[in-house]
Amino acid sequence: MPSVLPLGDPAPSDGLLPPQALDGAADRAFGLYVHIPFCAVRCGYCDFNTYTATELGGGASQDAYASTAISEVEFAAGVLEQSGLPARKLRTVFFGGGTPTLLPAEDLARILRAATDQWGIEPGAEVTTEANPDSVTPESLQLLADAGFTRVSFGMQSAVPHVLKVLDRTHTPSRVPLVVQWARDAGLDVSLDLIYGTPGESLEDWRFSLETALSYSPDHISAYALIVEDGTKLAAQIRRGEVPGIDDDDHAAKYELADQMISDAGLHWYEVSNWSATADQACRHNLAYWRGDDWWGIGPGAHSHVGGVRWWNVKHPTAYAGRLASGVSPAAGRETLDAETRGVERIMLEARLASGLAVSSLSASGKHAVAGLIADGLVAPADAFRGRLVLTLKGRLLADAVVRRILPD
Amino acid sequence: MSPMARTAPVPAATDPAIIRNFCIIAHIDHGKSTLADRMLQYTGVVQSRDMKAQYLDRMDIERERGITIKSQAVRMPWELDGVSYALNMIDTPGHVDFTYEVSRSLAACEGAVLLVDAAQGIEAQTLANLYLAMENDLTIIPVLNKIDLPAAQPEKYAAELASLIGGDPEDVLLVSGKTGVGVEALLDKIVRDLPAPVGDPDAPARAMIFDSVYDTYRGVVTYVRVVDGMLHPRERIQMMSTKASHELLEIGVSSPEPTPSKGLGVGEVGYLITGVKDVRQSKVGDTVTNLAKPAAESLSGYADPKPMVFSGLYPLDGTDYPVLRDALDKLKLNDAALIYEPETSAALGFGFRVGFLGLLHLEIVRERLEREFNLDLISTAPNVVYEVTLEDKNVVTVTNPSEFPSGKINEVREPMVAATILAPNEFVGAIMELCQGRRGVMRGMDYLSEDRVELRYWMPLAEIVFDFFDLLKSKTRGYASLDWKADGEQVADLVKVDILLQGEQVDAFSAITHKDKAYAYGVMMTGKLRELIPRQQFEVPIQAAIGSRIIARESIRAIRKDVLAKCYGGDITRKRKLLEKQKEGKKRMKMVGRVEVPQEAFIAALTTDESKDKAKK
Repeated sequence: MPSVLPLGDPAPSDGLLPPQALDGAADRAFGLYVHIPFCAVRCGYCDFNTYTATELGGGASQDAYASTAISEVEFAAGVLEQSGLPARKLRTVFFGGGTPTLLPAEDLARILRAATDQWGIEPGAEVTTEANPDSVTPESLQLLADAGFTRVSFGMQSAVPHVLKVLDRTHTPSRVPLVVQWARDAGLDVSLDLIYGTPGESLEDWRFSLETALSYSPDHISAYALIVEDGTKLAAQIRRGEVPGIDDDDHAAKYELADQMISDAGLHWYEVSNWSATADQACRHNLAYWRGDDWWGIGPGAHSHVGGVRWWNVKHPTAYAGRLASGVSPAAGRETLDAETRGVERIMLEARLASGLAVSSLSASGKHAVAGLIADGLVAPADAFRGRLVLTLKGRLLADAVVRRILPD
Repeated sequence: MSPMARTAPVPAATDPAIIRNFCIIAHIDHGKSTLADRMLQYTGVVQSRDMKAQYLDRMDIERERGITIKSQAVRMPWELDGVSYALNMIDTPGHVDFTYEVSRSLAACEGAVLLVDAAQGIEAQTLANLYLAMENDLTIIPVLNKIDLPAAQPEKYAAELASLIGGDPEDVLLVSGKTGVGVEALLDKIVRDLPAPVGDPDAPARAMIFDSVYDTYRGVVTYVRVVDGMLHPRERIQMMSTKASHELLEIGVSSPEPTPSKGLGVGEVGYLITGVKDVRQSKVGDTVTNLAKPAAESLSGYADPKPMVFSGLYPLDGTDYPVLRDALDKLKLNDAALIYEPETSAALGFGFRVGFLGLLHLEIVRERLEREFNLDLISTAPNVVYEVTLEDKNVVTVTNPSEFPSGKINEVREPMVAATILAPNEFVGAIMELCQGRRGVMRGMDYLSEDRVELRYWMPLAEIVFDFFDLLKSKTRGYASLDWKADGEQVADLVKVDILLQGEQVDAFSAITHKDKAYAYGVMMTGKLRELIPRQQFEVPIQAAIGSRIIARESIRAIRKDVLAKCYGGDITRKRKLLEKQKEGKKRMKMVGRVEVPQEAFIAALTTDESKDKAKK
């Protein structure tokens, strides 16, 4: 999650939701995101809301964090109930960061337990945590599995030491196969996160990273082009000319290579930057974001969405903990989307998915644009004939341009 | 004791013998406005505490650029040897674009102060205006200004002035408008040396209009110099060129605020208000007479302004078209030389083809439209007027390259100018090279002093309207000065070069050039567009063509990636806002066929790097 919060409307201090949020709620899945705002080191490219200090004051320290997060879980359950939302069990839970595994596994387990105590959890629910290869042990992974976690997503990023160095990643590449094996031994599904297009990374470096990652037979791979965010150390290094800038053509070539190698290894793309071995192993929590389901985001800076109402918490862990301690909603701002804006978001998000979006849901001008997109090789013709707009490989690389062409004028 | 006059002569009752009408001829930056301010202060018409730098330049643009666009007249009292005199200072525009207005201002004077920067020497435009003043038989008072500057070389430039106008270098006055040194001596000299105006007080009234200005509250304010007879308030006057008559609602003098008077007599300078709303009804150079007792003959020298340079002006936001139309209508009230007609461009939408006296005039109009009317504009490359004779002997006047006939052409005639360039002799080689490259024919070369040279060229106007002056400045480290005036026309081998994006012609980039330069233009414009137009989802060829013959080609590679890799729960709002912004941006794109061209690309392609800096020259 980017560290700069959007501008929105003021959020009420009781956190209560407007009636709009109730419409159709029973048909939408409900998930929980838990943000862990701590890292051992801040990576040079990262602009997420995360802190390396071990002692933040006022209930925001790493030791106190689980209790603070649990207090938001309780607050959330109260708000949803008082706002009149139907009781829904959790379908997905996702612990992200930061580095969730920097907290003791028992803390993560406690937060999960508090959430399931509040809402219950559906059978076969997906519970993921992100993890740094350096911060897990066979024991901690086993503890998580026992607590109900089903999936772990390792931040591998690259298998090439000089690339990891530019990214400020501290783990040693040789540790990755070990932690993958431990996770499997604990019964967890494994996803590997990769980053391509880092300054100084050659196409061969990237090929090596892909080969290495695939050799561990992950159930799921996320591969992201490096985004240089304003205000990061990496952005400053590029501005000063210390490292080369990024090149979209290079990104395109690397994306094409990734798609080919990952597909050859038997995984299938289901979202622009995500591939899974089976349809069941697609990250259902992330799919919920792209399909407009409901989720509550726990933690400083976390975003939530319930029925077209979206809000985001205050950024700093101390301020966040202070709000909760005094019984006030930690939301910093929120927006209530109108039907038109929800339509824009739906197109923007569903276009990224292999399942695509229904051509019939587009505006007249959007429908009109489809033929041109087929002619330009951006949309798969066979799916379009069946009424679905699904991007081709070339179209995935130009997804934002495609979206601009199919949005209402 | 201050020589400020104790009693000022009263307008309408002033003996011509105590009137002195003068103007100041100076180059931009040579300190005319500062000197004028100092005179206002020393004669007491403006109190020191009210002094606003460059009082007479009313428009913001004038003050910022230090250029006087519209002239004005101020009446100042001055006492010498116990007699109170009335001095009328007529402020003249200094730029070549406004030569006609300058000549009318000069015609209202008996004398001129020739003001030259003591650190820079005389410039070509000043020479041109000095020439006009001498043709009008004006008495010249040579003055070197800015003598307080460390770089001043009064001896050198006094000698140069003396050799130009005759006389002794010792007669050149040394002043500093900034410190006030020599200003009182100059006022004394104006009284002593300049002749008093002469006219027949009993003849039918004749007054020459040397300026007219539109004022939001008062309508058109007309500045006149009375030659014969007398004008009175409430009487009906007639404009002799149009025969239009108006009631004289108010008559008076500026000192410098407008002050109504009982009339204006022989030799006096002042303003008239008739309630008309358009300066076209009060044309510079026209003669005002009394309707009841009209003069038989008008004063000589009247001419209609003729636009030399044309450019298309388009609002960036198409919905601003009515605002632009209203803005031009308003500017026209105050600018008799401004002409325009609606024009449609496939690439730029609805706009106007506007005629200007010259490039400075273009820039000023554009800047006023943007500043005073809050418009964002694109202007196409300026072009001149071509006379195209077709094979069937029909003649077509082309003011827009896209209207250049495509059929069989017998001949094309282009307007020519006589250009005068003054520069230190070390730059002669560079100047000759530049002028020859611009199809100039040398007409002569003279040394003004040991190290200053005057070069005279006959050149196509088209070759100097775009970036010639900037190049001239850069090749001479800023030392050269340029003056030009229209001088006939010539038949030339001219062609129209079109620019095509993905096979679609972009009318805004069509240009008429000499055959030998068509290729260079094609290469330059296609290269520039390749840099300026963002990559599209397909390859875009950019071609330059004469008719159906392609003379240059570039291409823009297709974009391969346009997707944000990550889009999770916390990214959605930001991503949607980015998308909305991009969509807004798309609205500001002009479509050429399927190619999205940002307006910035049009602006940048139509601007040279040099002309971007021009505003600062």
